[in-house]
Amino acid sequence: MIGTGILKGMAVTARNFFGSYFDKERLITVQYPEERNPLPENYRNFPFLVYDMDPQAGLRCVACKICEKECPPQCIYIVKSEDKKPDYMGKPQFYPKIFDIDISVCMSCQICVEVCPFEAIKMDKDFELSRRERFDALLMRKEDLAKSNDYYRRISPTDAVEVDTKLAAAAEAAAKKKAAAPAAAKPATPATSPVSARASS
Amino acid sequence: MTATVQTLEAMERPPVSMGSRLEGELLEVSMGPQHPSTHGVFRMNVALEGEIVRKLKPVFGYLHRNHEKIGENVSYLGSMPYTDRLDYFCSMTNNWAYALSVEKLAGIEVPERAEYLRIILAELTRLQNHVSLLGFLLNDMGAWGTPLMYAFREREKILDLFESLSGSRMMCDYMRFGGCRVDASPEWLARAKKIVDLFPRFVAELEQLIVGNEVVIARTHNVGKLSPELAISAGITGPMLRACGVNYDVRKVDGYGFYPRFRFRIPLGEHGDTYDRLMMRVLEMHESVGILKQAFEQVPAGPIINPKVKIRAFRPPVGEAYGRIEGPKGELGFYLISDGTPNPYRYRVRPPSFINLTVLEDLCLGHTVADVMVILGSIDIVMGEVDR
Repeated sequence: MIGTGILKGMAVTARNFFGSYFDKERLITVQYPEERNPLPENYRNFPFLVYDMDPQAGLRCVACKICEKECPPQCIYIVKSEDKKPDYMGKPQFYPKIFDIDISVCMSCQICVEVCPFEAIKMDKDFELSRRERFDALLMRKEDLAKSNDYYRRISPTDAVEVDTKLAAAAEAAAKKKAAAPAAAKPATPATSPVSARASS
Repeated sequence: MTATVQTLEAMERPPVSMGSRLEGELLEVSMGPQHPSTHGVFRMNVALEGEIVRKLKPVFGYLHRNHEKIGENVSYLGSMPYTDRLDYFCSMTNNWAYALSVEKLAGIEVPERAEYLRIILAELTRLQNHVSLLGFLLNDMGAWGTPLMYAFREREKILDLFESLSGSRMMCDYMRFGGCRVDASPEWLARAKKIVDLFPRFVAELEQLIVGNEVVIARTHNVGKLSPELAISAGITGPMLRACGVNYDVRKVDGYGFYPRFRFRIPLGEHGDTYDRLMMRVLEMHESVGILKQAFEQVPAGPIINPKVKIRAFRPPVGEAYGRIEGPKGELGFYLISDGTPNPYRYRVRPPSFINLTVLEDLCLGHTVADVMVILGSIDIVMGEVDR
């Protein structure tokens, strides 16, 4: 009989429509700003720089420029310092004089994180990044990018623990190597400073 | 003075053919690029006689992003996130095709667990691609919104899986040369298994909307018929080719990955019309669910990436390779020439939806304007891949 196919289809839509009154499983949307779905732990958005203790002096980055070279859309800009200063392990290292990431160009591919040998750059989970300004507001400077290791531990606990144990083991090995030298560095001590708020421009 | 006026009039007068067109013989209509049913920025110049299509000229290039040239200017790994942006519905299969061709080029072995994860993710991609295609197709036929929302509800479940595994819903960037980037936890596999187990219920629901529906039948039966001869000579692949009854599936022909270890059938159409193409997707979803169920049972423990592959300064030996997989839309291939430097010398994509689109005119001739939208929808194009 003509029309039975349509009626069958209507039965499906009716089941979905009335079902939503009785079955909570069918209500799949959330009212966004008030309700939020929890983000999965692997979620990635844009990179940030990890520091221990001090927001600027404690940056793990040594300005080796590998991420700048490997970044596919070339959104990272680094200027290396001329002088060396002690890093978080007390070893004299170069540091980035300028470290900019244009996150309007960044495509969140995580390649900078994968190629970084110093665990200095990690992916952030902050996705509410709209700005009122037309220009430059999404160009993140070194100060905006620096976030504490505590923050990293909070946003991705599993990975952070892995990184911390790896760094601690490396530091221990280094300390053993120069056993006579004064143990200046005790690495990966949890930074107590609060999460650096992004400079509100 | 009068002479001048006469000349002007003569110049302004439209040429004879144009005049006859205005009288109603052939009317040229430019459909797109901002047409809701063209699935992106795609334009068709259609010559109409009344409502019947007499000529159709597709115009691409509005979304051209220089993908292949970029691929030649970034490192091998750097192209991987760009492949996500080709066919943004199926980033996992794009990743796999690219990884496969680089692995062929450099002779890289892939661990067993990674191969299984790749199959799981590729088949999940096929499910979500086909499901959203069917939603869009019903949308094109005038079932506004509702079936599309049902389709997107199911698609979102699979995208949530992708997000919790790779970190992003659509731009997964998950595969690496010689394996995968992140390991799937047992919880993730259990969650995926649950979603796959419930999936046939939804497909049955969708079938109920489509199969016997008189409107769908009237709009799709004998519309846009593609003959197997034309399909083969035009290089059509994927569900569109199999809808004409040609048994060709790269999963069976090449047996890449671990597909030879799986039991699955290749659904074949008979008439090559839009209805067959539509049902091909439904049947393929059933087969994909079957493959996924086998994969969840067989997936072994072990490493997910070949530790010998360098991430930094990856240089494959001099040579060339073509790696292809059966993407949800057809044969997706990457052709690479290496000259030993960190960047490929030549990087070429064989996009299935671009090549499937080449027969659009042959499918549409003699049908009405309204059918053009349905035929275009059943080809399953994504402009990100067509224009690259």
